Amino acid sequence: MGMTMTQKILAHGAGLEKVEAGQLIMCDLDLVLGNDITSPVAIKEMAKFNKEGVFDKDKIALVPDHFVPNKDIKSAEHCKCVREFARKNDITNYFEVGEMGIEHALLPEKGLTVPGDVIIGADSHTCTYGALGAFSTGVGSTDMAAGMATGKAWFKVPSAIKFVLEGKPAPYITGKDVILHIIGMIGVDGALYRSMEFTGEGVSYLSMDDRFTISNMAIEAGGKNGIFPVDEKTVEYLKEHTKREWTAFEADEDAVYDEEYVIELDKLKPTVSFPHLPENTHTPDDWGDVKIDQVVIGSCTNGRISDMREAAELLKGRHIAKGIRCIIIPATQSVYMQAMEEGLLKTFIEAGAVVSTPTCGPCLGGYMGILAEGERCVSTTNRNFVGRMGHINSEIYLASPYVAAASAVLGKIASPDEL
Amino acid sequence: MKAEGRVFKYGDNVDTDVIIPARYLNSSDPRELAEHCMEDIDKDFVKNVKKGDIIVADKNFGCGSSREHAPIAIKAAGVSCVIAETFARIFYRNSINIGLPILECPEASKAIKAGDEVEVDFDSGIITDKTTGESFKGQPFPEFMQKIIGAEGLINYINSEN
Repeated sequence: MGMTMTQKILAHGAGLEKVEAGQLIMCDLDLVLGNDITSPVAIKEMAKFNKEGVFDKDKIALVPDHFVPNKDIKSAEHCKCVREFARKNDITNYFEVGEMGIEHALLPEKGLTVPGDVIIGADSHTCTYGALGAFSTGVGSTDMAAGMATGKAWFKVPSAIKFVLEGKPAPYITGKDVILHIIGMIGVDGALYRSMEFTGEGVSYLSMDDRFTISNMAIEAGGKNGIFPVDEKTVEYLKEHTKREWTAFEADEDAVYDEEYVIELDKLKPTVSFPHLPENTHTPDDWGDVKIDQVVIGSCTNGRISDMREAAELLKGRHIAKGIRCIIIPATQSVYMQAMEEGLLKTFIEAGAVVSTPTCGPCLGGYMGILAEGERCVSTTNRNFVGRMGHINSEIYLASPYVAAASAVLGKIASPDEL
Repeated sequence: MKAEGRVFKYGDNVDTDVIIPARYLNSSDPRELAEHCMEDIDKDFVKNVKKGDIIVADKNFGCGSSREHAPIAIKAAGVSCVIAETFARIFYRNSINIGLPILECPEASKAIKAGDEVEVDFDSGIITDKTTGESFKGQPFPEFMQKIIGAEGLINYINSEN
């Protein structure tokens, strides 16, 4: 019986010839990451170890991104704790305000995540790096602490669901529509404890940014990780971003999958998740007339340069509907700079949007766009749980940057075709 | 080891945002987090919860964010055990790592009602609803996880191994 792509990476990380689903293994880690919310808890736990210090100062990434620039005194104290820990342990990849970005957009951009890596991060969206053919998964602060101290983590080897992507997506159909469609199909626990492995000729039509979006939201189906094969587009991305050596792993031909789904990309429609679960998906056929108050375009799911370009494509020469707030957040300084050079920021501001420095801010109801009671927001973020962006009686509709931009212009949930 | 207490009952997909809303994540103090535990799904929880009480829920409990603040808040609120049909992966791992006992048991999750008095025997995995007299067998932990729980958390376990 062959191994899945994920199992092969884990076997390699554990120094084993072969692993099978359900087996408990101890893996060497290539990267351990945390942010300004999860790292302080991990740093406090580090003090309990018999041994002091970190396993490898080059294999830890600390990215204050959730509540920075510091939103209040308590957040400032958390950031200070992370900063001091980074200094004390001489952490190479600590990213201060000014060089930081949203962690899952920043680390691939900095070349710190490559195919074949085993990565844990104290942030659930750590699964993003599966887009590059790495095994990466979210953990809590105690696992992060153990990872920083020992360079190892235990895993239960997951079984997998195979998603065969076929055909070429229609115009305005993005990675976001693909993953929302899949979550709508299998549910928010459809991949619980398991890997989501994406294959098929349709993969070649997806940009790296599309793939980051898809892998990023594997956790919203309960997945342990979401992984793509390494192809020409991956190699091109790596050439541009990293000097690290990497290894591409492929699933065995006789790998066994729990389930297999065929996703016809050419048949997908713009997809929006209605409150209060990402599985509650709708398309223009049945989404009706939903008036909105706010639009957020950004986050670790959709704050990359392609997302900015897609939003700008629809906002160019148009104006956001009267009374609607549109908040656009490039995910990293480099995305911000590129958006500026390409004139996208000018397009956004002329259209009546505000542009923020990189932050997770509104996605988790931190700051920079909190919703009042009864308000509705179309957001390119990843969760629409009760109270996620503010008041418990506010509503979040998850969508692609195209749908978000069209909705901002029309003041209601709208497909780009309606413009 | 045993737990005994009154049951707070919740449904499917209780996410970590309702267990501890992000607006309170500017703190990592367990007592402060406990004051807002379950606030967005049950504003009376904190007022009514007593030391030893038990949370019973349906599937995918703890889905969403990786915030360890969620099991920390539940534990600091005095909850002695969480029983669910299934747990979200990261929440499951985090609970074991911080020493919050959790059990997967679909039968118990279906049958037990809010307000029931329930006893959990962690050694045998037997859950007894003392209000109705019914008992259920929970999914036992693999030996490796039992060792982590026995050491009262991952870090003590690692210290003891080295």
